[in-house]
Amino acid sequence: MSLLEIKNLHASVNGNEILRGINLTVNAGEVHAIMGPNGSGKSTLAGVLAGREAYTVTDGQVLYKGNNLFDMVPEERAREGLFLAFQYPVEIPGVNNSYFLKESLNAIRKHKGLEQLDAIDFLALIKQKVKIVEMDESFLNRPVNEGFSGGEKKRNEIFHMAVLEPMLSILDETDSGLDIDALRIVSEGVNKLRSKENATIIVTHYQRLLNYIIPDVVHVMKDGRLVKSGGKELALELEDRGYDWVHEEAGQTV
Amino acid sequence: MQVINQNIKWYQSKFEAFEQSLNGAKSTSVHTIRRDAMHRFVELGFPTTRQEEWRFTNILPITTIEFQPILRYELNGVTKKDIQRYMLDNVLQLVFIDGMFSMELSNINSHPIGITAGSLTEMSREHPETIRSYINNMVMGEENAFTTLNTAFLWDGAFISVPRGIVLENPIQLLFVATDREKVYAAQPRNFIIAGIDSQFKIVETYVGLAKNTYLTNTVTEILLCDNSIVEHDKFQIEGINAYHIGTTHVQMNAASRYTSNVISLSGSIVRNNITARFNAESAECILNGLSLGSGMQLIDNHTVIDHAKPHCSSHELYKSILDGASKGVFNGKVFVRKDAQKTDAKQTNKTLLLSDEATMNTKPQLEIFADDVKCTHGATVGQLDDEQIFYLRSRGIDLNAARDILTSAFAGDVINRITIEPFRSQVERIIHDRLNNNHTSS
Repeated sequence: MSLLEIKNLHASVNGNEILRGINLTVNAGEVHAIMGPNGSGKSTLAGVLAGREAYTVTDGQVLYKGNNLFDMVPEERAREGLFLAFQYPVEIPGVNNSYFLKESLNAIRKHKGLEQLDAIDFLALIKQKVKIVEMDESFLNRPVNEGFSGGEKKRNEIFHMAVLEPMLSILDETDSGLDIDALRIVSEGVNKLRSKENATIIVTHYQRLLNYIIPDVVHVMKDGRLVKSGGKELALELEDRGYDWVHEEAGQTV
Repeated sequence: MQVINQNIKWYQSKFEAFEQSLNGAKSTSVHTIRRDAMHRFVELGFPTTRQEEWRFTNILPITTIEFQPILRYELNGVTKKDIQRYMLDNVLQLVFIDGMFSMELSNINSHPIGITAGSLTEMSREHPETIRSYINNMVMGEENAFTTLNTAFLWDGAFISVPRGIVLENPIQLLFVATDREKVYAAQPRNFIIAGIDSQFKIVETYVGLAKNTYLTNTVTEILLCDNSIVEHDKFQIEGINAYHIGTTHVQMNAASRYTSNVISLSGSIVRNNITARFNAESAECILNGLSLGSGMQLIDNHTVIDHAKPHCSSHELYKSILDGASKGVFNGKVFVRKDAQKTDAKQTNKTLLLSDEATMNTKPQLEIFADDVKCTHGATVGQLDDEQIFYLRSRGIDLNAARDILTSAFAGDVINRITIEPFRSQVERIIHDRLNNNHTSS
């Protein structure tokens, strides 16, 4: 059974159809990159999978671990191991970063029938995980994302991912706005978390992240469809030639 | 002009009975103040919504019910266990039942050396002239019917005086407990707090309703801060669900003094808090914070007045409301900057979180500035929980109700975290947390 199976997915926002028939299968152990120009529907796909309310699914089906994903509210998806790293991580003044993570982790553990972690065990865990993204421990006790730089916010997302250990991670433009050091740190973090059991979907506009995280499959998205798929070389070709040539082959390769 | 239906005559007759019970004490100077106040109360009558200061606060029920003024102590079956939840441990504690001092429930063993703390009745007996000199000393500016009514029946309350140079480590708690009685009643404590030169202390004023029935708390607290004194004054109001609470605080601040007030209002059917703070001298600082939680049909009104009468003073104000059900909130923040009050720094913020479509908020900043070299800002926001924040929390496995709770508590935390008395802050946090959870299970 595949981890994720998307079949002919159509979705719209305010009556405008953004996704026009997405087909995608992701298996455990794989890293997929979805590339495409702005406005092609990449972030919409990420949002639909995570359960954003602004999107209406008009047709098609998504099976996650064999179950209908759309039967689950966002928190159930998260508890079942789906994780979205936000393109724009949300600032939550007054809510401590580690408190938030503890609530989050314990909600997921409860769902799995695991014991709640107490304060001491939790602290030991996050102190170990925060090293993965080379973040200062002071970030643990600051309000979630408040006053964080762009790079710090993205690192915080990967830190959350490290603590929550999802089955399927969707990184929505995680590389945008990152300087080269942050890009390296974020990528290394993702690579460390890669395993045979989990899978990652990287949504990105640029190829440069894929220098650090080597994908198994690269897809090109245009006008709400995945118009071309290939190996990691495809990303390099896109970097050289841009996206314009791809649509000429659309329909032939997919 | 009086409104026909008002129960003014009722209070007049109660006042006459009160006077007769005083016998010889009728001729004291304190009683002259009472009599003048009664006279003034009759002239003023209760306010109506036609008056600007009461436009959004309809107190009609208060003006028609005949509340029996309480002038005699009765324990009324209250035990320490009933109020344990609201008591701070090992601090000087003055407990009042329906506005009257209760020796048996108070804790005066932890009495710090050098300070004077006790019931107003006792103090009036021992030092009548001292007390007389303080009455109405600090109440100034807008006269209102409730203050005059409180003065007319002035009898008991707390008297706290911390002399020069004394710094108290532990807070002082004034705990006002309201019980159910046979007759509908008015508890009208009058409190005096005097901070001597260079003194520093913290005081918690808690109002707890054990009563289910209707009653009125009409309380007045007068505070004087002498030069260089520092006072934190926290008011925690958890009256009965059918209670009316009118709380008036008057603060006079002398040179380089610092006054911080945190007013937490959780319960009561109609609640009106009036705070008036006046700078009598330069370089003083006034910080007013407030948090109100409204649900059901509650009405919670906070009126603040900061009078920058002198130069080089600063005031910071943060009032927040969380309104659920069909509750109503009112905030009115007046800041006067007098002609001579140059270099004034005044900042006022009012933020409201509406948790339901029926809840309403009326907010009105009112800055009157007569000096030209000042920094004055104000801002007000009324909004709902942020959908993007809720989605972010949910996308990490936290369910919708828990996400709403976390965000609501964070909104409240902004004010609660300003309370510096640790055990008290935890108590407030716990009670607010329970309250917000209850809102969920009932909605």
